[in-house]
Amino acid sequence: MKLDARIPSGPVPQKWSVCKRDLKLVAPNNKRKYEILVVGTGLAGSSAAATLAELGYQVKVFCLQDSPRRAHSVAAQGGINAAKNYQNDGDSVHRLFYDTIKGGDFRSREANVFRLAEVSVNIIDQCAAQGVPFAREYSGYLTNRSFGGAQVSRTFYARGQTGQQLLLGCYQAMLRQAHLGQVRIFPRTEMLDLVVVNGHAKGIVVRDLLTGKISSHAGDAVVLATGGYTNVFYLSTSGRGSNVTAIWRAYKKGAAFANPCFTQIHPTCIPVSGDYQSKLTLMSESLRNDGRVWVPKQPGDKRPPAEIPESDRDYYLERMYPAYGNLAPRDISSRATKRVCDEGRGVGPGGLGVYLDFSDALRRLGRSVIAERYGNLFEMYEEITAENAYETPMRIYPAPHYAMGGLWVDYHLMSNLPGLFVIGEANFSDHGANRLGASALMQGLADGYFILPYTIGNYIATAKQTRPQPDAAEFRESEAEVAATIKRLLAIRGKKTVRQFHKDLGKILWEKCGMARTAAGLQQALKEIPTLREEFWQNVSVPGDDADLNQSLEHAGRVADFFELGELMCRDALARNESCGGHFREEYQTADGECQRNDTEFAHVACWEYRSAQQPPVRHIEPLTFEEAHLAERSYK
Amino acid sequence: MKLKLRVWRQKNAHTPGQFVEYHADNLNPNMSFLEMLDVVNEQIAAKGEEPIAFDHDCREGICGACSCVINGEPHGPHDKVTTCQTYLRSFQDGATVTIEPFRANAFPLIKDLVVDRTAFDRIIQAGGYISVGTGHPPDANSLPVPKPLADLAMDAAACIGCGACVAACKNASAMLFVAAKVSHLNLLPQGQPERDVRALAMVDQMDKEGFGACTVTLSCQAVCPKGISGSFIAKMNRDFLRAMLLNP
Ligand SMILES: Cc1cc2nc3c(=O)[nH]c(=O)nc-3n(C[C@H](O)[C@H](O)[C@H](O)COP(=O)(O)OP(=O)(O)OC[C@H]3O[C@@H](n4cnc5c(N)ncnc54)[C@H](O)[C@@H]3O)c2cc1C
Ligand code: FES
Repeated sequence: MKLDARIPSGPVPQKWSVCKRDLKLVAPNNKRKYEILVVGTGLAGSSAAATLAELGYQVKVFCLQDSPRRAHSVAAQGGINAAKNYQNDGDSVHRLFYDTIKGGDFRSREANVFRLAEVSVNIIDQCAAQGVPFAREYSGYLTNRSFGGAQVSRTFYARGQTGQQLLLGCYQAMLRQAHLGQVRIFPRTEMLDLVVVNGHAKGIVVRDLLTGKISSHAGDAVVLATGGYTNVFYLSTSGRGSNVTAIWRAYKKGAAFANPCFTQIHPTCIPVSGDYQSKLTLMSESLRNDGRVWVPKQPGDKRPPAEIPESDRDYYLERMYPAYGNLAPRDISSRATKRVCDEGRGVGPGGLGVYLDFSDALRRLGRSVIAERYGNLFEMYEEITAENAYETPMRIYPAPHYAMGGLWVDYHLMSNLPGLFVIGEANFSDHGANRLGASALMQGLADGYFILPYTIGNYIATAKQTRPQPDAAEFRESEAEVAATIKRLLAIRGKKTVRQFHKDLGKILWEKCGMARTAAGLQQALKEIPTLREEFWQNVSVPGDDADLNQSLEHAGRVADFFELGELMCRDALARNESCGGHFREEYQTADGECQRNDTEFAHVACWEYRSAQQPPVRHIEPLTFEEAHLAERSYK
Repeated sequence: MKLKLRVWRQKNAHTPGQFVEYHADNLNPNMSFLEMLDVVNEQIAAKGEEPIAFDHDCREGICGACSCVINGEPHGPHDKVTTCQTYLRSFQDGATVTIEPFRANAFPLIKDLVVDRTAFDRIIQAGGYISVGTGHPPDANSLPVPKPLADLAMDAAACIGCGACVAACKNASAMLFVAAKVSHLNLLPQGQPERDVRALAMVDQMDKEGFGACTVTLSCQAVCPKGISGSFIAKMNRDFLRAMLLNP
């Protein structure tokens, strides 16, 4: 497997300029001859589709939902980072770059992260021009809030609905291109295979979710923007439809899967309340601007929070990480929370919760200011828990939230399969072993608006490939394989529901490949998962047929892929004998319980190559070098 | 707790549908309405029968996918929440609950509780945007927007495109949906150049899609899970009339 990251020469801050200077172009009148397939309509996919169409390419767009506007980016609450330095608090491109590298525990590629910070400023301008209603001061200028892992205020937001508003911005830009005939949208359509012709990604096989019809689309390039895979844990903050299928099928066609075990557990989610639970709801990190996290000092203290005096409370984040306090990064905050709960100091049912308390802020700022900042989050909390957070502290607990891992891409955002581009949460590129808050929206839009549209042109201009017909042999074969898998799932008619299998898999992963991992636990999971997978293929019950909408069948196909991914995650976690960011191997920790990185052996990206169902995958590496940000201990104390 | 459910079941657009009764036992008042449907579906699936199809994704009231009419009310008994944010504590133990799809000519039924709302995308496609391509627009702070105006635009922009407004309206009008988008963009300085064409094109597309006329009963406002105000309809009517006069 050849993994050439194609990082441009020159000093890190100049690399993107060098790259753009050297990119080959496609002439404007030639662009319309090329067709690009974009799978996914979140921030990454919609912004890419709109921009590619504006440039003159013919674009086809696919998504699972009935409307592109419902992609899971819509659920992002808190905000989007940009190095605008509007607050004059010392922010700069370099600082955002450094915070992101450090936040990722030095496991991301410097050149990509620098470029991300560099284009972040354009994103805000672009979105404001589209009419995204960002929060403003009375002066009419844009306002900011702070997010974890930063000592400056650089997060832009639109109430608690930043993702929705940014998504509507790119969705509308994309529909404008649909109006102009440049974009064709295929909603309720699931990509089930990638088609590779002569070593180049040349198309996809899809299933129409309403009719069950399987068909092929050929293109000059394929862009996967299919989001993250934390639903592998069953319970997560993702939408119920989020899945790994598109990138997993691409992996099985030869694309390298990078750092699959790097998953983020978000510290502030509403705790699980029962086994009927279908998803976990995030309480935005922005709440930690004003909320203080605490538990009782004594284990088993059952007094209601209001009766616990200050002297009996442990504001553990402020105590352990005084420089960042409640805004310590996610991986660190989640682990600290797990630790205090493991000590028996957790609150609420099962002791799996900690308080997020606004009473100081309410006293300092008044209820109306807090309502203005977080009103909708407080309402959401009350709907779910029937508790009023103005009166009593919220209870929160960590939950799976984001996948830093994903398909490997080079500096051009192209995978090792020429012609296959991967953007947004689906790739691995920018967040290393831990993502900082408000930087996924930034990455999705950076990829879609400002990076991919340039680099894809270079591929098209230099690859000189012809577009096959969608009835070429490679497409026929893929279609037949996809149809056979569906048939097989429907023929089992077993006794156990898809959902039950998904839950069982999630439990294994949460316990053995979640917030804390050990070699023994991972080895155990690597025995349990294949056994469960075998049972799945013998005993799963998928009712209905494949001739109309069949949600059980859709779910079954996705869970089948989650089984394989879950196994790869455990392999990856087991092979990485160090702790970094969200990957915490209990064997590798410092005396005070922090991550013990091993830069000599593991300053690299792990890239997995699929071989076959019978052979284990092969682990390759892309070494990481640091010129601009020097490898250092990651401290927030 | 227990509920008796009467659920609209319909195999597809070509097969007639009917209400089917289910008994949901051992429920927990802290379950969400959709989690209750999950539990019922698990029981149906365990028997090898086809579960009830319904649209959903985020399950936190923002994607606009979930869409049932519960006891005659789109998104159920509570104000300003979606179906996925409706909890069983809003129902009496032992109650009978009727669950239907959003019904409107412009939202053809697909299966069970799932309907086709792509008409909304086509309305946005007709003009629900500011025509700025990706590139180098001026610095975001070069165009200050007075806070009250920005806040009002955000109130309108909060629409999640679920279609409850249409389902609640006796004329199946999409006025509130269209007014929300027209207002969001027409309030902002960035939206001024296309203010007239936007109002005309979106209203025209709404008519073509077969949504009914608005007779200002404001049942739409009453069911909107995001509390979008009916006053945006008046604003859009003004914009529309202005556009008609200026662009005869
Ligand atoms: C609750 C929540 C809050 C968040 N808050 C923030 C925040 O405040 N700030 C921040 O920066 N980040 C936040 N994030 C993270 C961020 O929202 C996501 O990482 C980001 O939006 C992902 O965007 P995307 O475009 O990569 O994918 P998504 O938005 O997930 O879109 C995926 C798309 O792919 C489609 N798709 C998937 N599989 C297939 C298939 N097989 N065939 C066809 N289509 C397919 C889907 O239909 C969808 O259109 C949050 C995430 C969550 C879950
Ligand atoms: S499922 Fe997203 S709004 Fe209800």
